[in-house]
Amino acid sequence: MAQFTMRVFRGDASGGGFKDYRVEPEEGMVVLDVIHRIQATQANDLACRWNCKAGKCGSCSAEVNGKPRLMCMTRMDLFQPGDTITVAPIRTFPLIRDLVTDVSYNYEKAKQVPPLRLKPPEPDGTYRMMQEDIDRIQEFHKCIECFLCQDVCHVIRDHEDKKRVFSGPRFFIKIASLDMHPLDTRDRSSFIQQDAGVGLCNITKCCTEVCPENIHITDNGIIPLKERMADSLDPIVWLLRKFRGPKSSQA
Amino acid sequence: MSSRVIGQSRPSITAPHLRTDPWWTLPITVVIVLGSFLVYSTWAAFQNAHYFASPYLSPFYSPCLYRSCLHPSFGFGLPDIHLPIIGLLSPAFLILAGPGLFRLTCYYYRKAYYRSFWLAPPACAVPDVKRGYTGEDKFPLILQAFHRYTWYLAVLFIVMLTWDALLAFRFPNGFGIGVGTLVMGINVVCLAAYTFSCHSCRHVCGGYVNVFSKAPGRYRAWHFLTRLNERHPIYAWLSLFSVGLTDLYIRLVSMGIIRDLRII
Repeated sequence: MAQFTMRVFRGDASGGGFKDYRVEPEEGMVVLDVIHRIQATQANDLACRWNCKAGKCGSCSAEVNGKPRLMCMTRMDLFQPGDTITVAPIRTFPLIRDLVTDVSYNYEKAKQVPPLRLKPPEPDGTYRMMQEDIDRIQEFHKCIECFLCQDVCHVIRDHEDKKRVFSGPRFFIKIASLDMHPLDTRDRSSFIQQDAGVGLCNITKCCTEVCPENIHITDNGIIPLKERMADSLDPIVWLLRKFRGPKSSQA
Repeated sequence: MSSRVIGQSRPSITAPHLRTDPWWTLPITVVIVLGSFLVYSTWAAFQNAHYFASPYLSPFYSPCLYRSCLHPSFGFGLPDIHLPIIGLLSPAFLILAGPGLFRLTCYYYRKAYYRSFWLAPPACAVPDVKRGYTGEDKFPLILQAFHRYTWYLAVLFIVMLTWDALLAFRFPNGFGIGVGTLVMGINVVCLAAYTFSCHSCRHVCGGYVNVFSKAPGRYRAWHFLTRLNERHPIYAWLSLFSVGLTDLYIRLVSMGIIRDLRII
């Protein structure tokens, strides 16, 4: 197989730049394999975060030719022999070193999400849910927290000033999974609008495009949340709620 | 939130983006196609003529609002509206406001025009062109939250266009089917697919329910509409083309440029 030029970002918080490495990949290799090859043969101090190499741990997030991807799921045969392939750290978060960034922002946002508030158990002391009640939220549970959606979201990526008031797509599906939970009774309206900042999302769907788990973040998570917020403006829904009661008692 | 995670230095990469694929082709295509439709529909609305070729009525002029309308549909019988300077106000402007607002606030079209016209962002991992960003939190974009009302309005238009499509079987000499009948029928199917695959429709018909097992009817409705919703972008484009081409077909027949072929 012909050689590739891997243009890999090297540096830390004080600065850095791209450095070229010539690599001859073997059949079946992914970008993470090539990064490991460079680590083993040309740059022993190249920092890179990884764990499972199977697209399930969400550790090896990077930007390959400018597109947020998991390095372990990006096959080298996507590229033409002789191509120059750029590998950069995810640009939305502070750099620690080389391809490793500090994603603490996401853990801080996770702490803010109001947890489940369970309704009282059945008379026999148990909780019962049917499969159709939880099908919808199980899609959100596939999230591997690679934070590629957070990286590509232009609200966080291009507008640093919005980071304080915007949770980002990963946490919108977290919130949606709680808000749509059949046993939940908590009203998260003001949190969703004011603290999570769902109104800042202009649904350009980049989060959905980059999700390695193919979660329909926008269609099944963010838009339903926006619609739930719009319920408070809809007199027809308001009227129905008057008859059916609040969230805790309705179907 | 701790300042440790905000405002720290990001990777020192000077290039605005590192994408090497032709990411700009999609926004340019959307600008050309949507822009062409806007220009054509505005021109057609200004004409206030050639919207009727018996028994076909252009969707741009349906329902008949003015007494002067030639088509035997609902016929609201409003007097002609004259405005200073521009004179007679074409009813198409009043009619197109309904479906126009539905498309303007549609979640799919929002994605399309925010990327292509507002360049916020022009493509994934390509930076926003404008620095200040308020999303849909401030006026006028906060009005996007009223998409559901425009959906209610769009459903009424589907009812009226279905009636027009049925009237397209009624020729002066009795029952018949022409190419125009098929064109109007296909247009209604495309518009209905677009309208009922809408995210607001999915929510109103069942998406708001949390315990589906206690609402089997709404669960089935939500499930069906979810399948339809997966193709919402395709229906959005198909219906845009179908409505424009239906108007064009009826206009050309009405002007005598082409002849409507009778199948039956």
